[in-house]
Amino acid sequence: MCALVSVGTTLGIIVVLMTETFSFFKTVPFWDFISDTQWAPKFQPQHFGILPLVSGTLLVALGACVVALPVGLATAIFMSEYAPDRLRRTLKPILEILAGIPTVVYGYFALTFITPNIVRQLNPDAAIFNAFSAALVMGIMIIPMVASLSEDAMVAVPRSLRDGAYALGGSKLQVSLRIVVPAALSGIIASFILAASRAIGETMIVTIAAGAVPNLTANPFEGVQTMTAYIAQTSLGDTPHGSIEFMTIFAVGMTLFVMTFILNIIADLVVRRYREEY
Amino acid sequence: MAVAITTPAAYKRRTSGMKKRSSAFYGLTLMATLVGVVFLVVLMVDVVRDGWRWLDWDFITSFPSRRPVDAGIKSALFGTLWLMGFTALIAFPLGVGAAIYLQEYAPKHWAISLIKLNITNLAGVPSIVYGILGLAVFVRGMEMGRSVMAGALTMSLLILPIIIIAAQEALKAVPDSLRQASYALGATRWQTTWNVVLPQALPGVLTGNILALSRAIGETAPLIVIGALTFIAFTPTSPLDQFTVLPIQTFNWVSRPQADFQSLAAAAIIVLLVILLTMNAGAIILRNKFQRRSEG
Repeated sequence: MCALVSVGTTLGIIVVLMTETFSFFKTVPFWDFISDTQWAPKFQPQHFGILPLVSGTLLVALGACVVALPVGLATAIFMSEYAPDRLRRTLKPILEILAGIPTVVYGYFALTFITPNIVRQLNPDAAIFNAFSAALVMGIMIIPMVASLSEDAMVAVPRSLRDGAYALGGSKLQVSLRIVVPAALSGIIASFILAASRAIGETMIVTIAAGAVPNLTANPFEGVQTMTAYIAQTSLGDTPHGSIEFMTIFAVGMTLFVMTFILNIIADLVVRRYREEY
Repeated sequence: MAVAITTPAAYKRRTSGMKKRSSAFYGLTLMATLVGVVFLVVLMVDVVRDGWRWLDWDFITSFPSRRPVDAGIKSALFGTLWLMGFTALIAFPLGVGAAIYLQEYAPKHWAISLIKLNITNLAGVPSIVYGILGLAVFVRGMEMGRSVMAGALTMSLLILPIIIIAAQEALKAVPDSLRQASYALGATRWQTTWNVVLPQALPGVLTGNILALSRAIGETAPLIVIGALTFIAFTPTSPLDQFTVLPIQTFNWVSRPQADFQSLAAAAIIVLLVILLTMNAGAIILRNKFQRRSEG
């Protein structure tokens, strides 16, 4: 009954994306979509190569992971192995607030604070809209996700394993890195994958701070357009229903959905397959 | 690692090195933890410093304007209230209903585990994809246009997985002995669920609902896709009216190049954060109350 709504939603997403994507591929050959290195639906001649959007997405998401994975993991180790109970009880709500801040606020902060005060200090030639600042802020945004999921996995490691290692003379560092982290590895890796998926699907930070020009580049100081930003920026303009531009929203949405869906499934499999049972 | 024979001096050297490395590592993890905290503080200070001077009663009671001095967030604030009201009306009963079914009624069957897996996966779908779904189904398909109703339905689908998962956890936490006692008194399954299980789980269910709604208040991307307009100088009077919300108004101001509009965005962010923090504080108080009661 009520639960069927969720199944309906999934089917709805798939059906909606499929129908419009199919009509998109009637006009644009699939091969052009995945091999053309230009994305220019608004210009003549039109180009529909998804590569610049995918590379923009991956550049920002990768940068976010470089920030969030080590910092998030270290935070999790601190919270689960070192922090006294009272400190943990103050830190947890703070991290929850960090996770609950609307992404439009992060976007504002990236554009008006990080870009002029940090990115331009590192590289004065950086564009106003650049991948670096979006990636940095997005990385901070997903820290709480990595930290709380990894911490859950570490807390689940039984006390007896730690006590055994301490009895053999292990230091806190050795116990954390050689006992707890390996024992909780499946949960930690799953948290990494979910965080990456979140970074790929994040919209507002990149729409505000990363730019609006599809750009096949690996230079983080240039502006890039991600898949999500393309969808948002195209929706802002007037795109007539049934036009090829309107269909591109669905084709790009489909690509995005497939990428995040695969990552989520992998995370689920990692937890199921490799979990150590105690 | 294998050191068979060791002198006391060598042993001391080794353990002191170990201790040093261990405390260096402690410092490293502490610093990493502080990254998030420091970032949060800098963000708050920056936003308040930028937006403070625009924040007065006029700002809250004026409509948006092309002149920064006159601009306000009245339509956005009302839009947010309308949107959240309808989202809550749609999503709460559906979500809690689904959770009750899955937790209390559903038989052990592969289809049921598939539904549960599906719900966890839906929670990971990017919010902008929900916007695309809403655009195709509600705005175009059902011809609701860019209305409050289309927005509320889209938002409901977005937060349903969060509500269902939280409510399921709350129902799971109710001890089985209470259910058995109720059955022993001759109560039906529905009477047990309605009179015994649900009241026990209510604080947890409510907390989940509040957190889900606070997620929806901050969402921008799906509303951009379904076309919530950014310049609206009236408050909605029916669910089929067009609307704008606080995050959209903020986004609109951020994307203008003039410095004054960016400060206006900061002022709108302050209002948005105050609403969110109030809701989160409410959820935390509810949770603490709940924990104390179940311990006592």
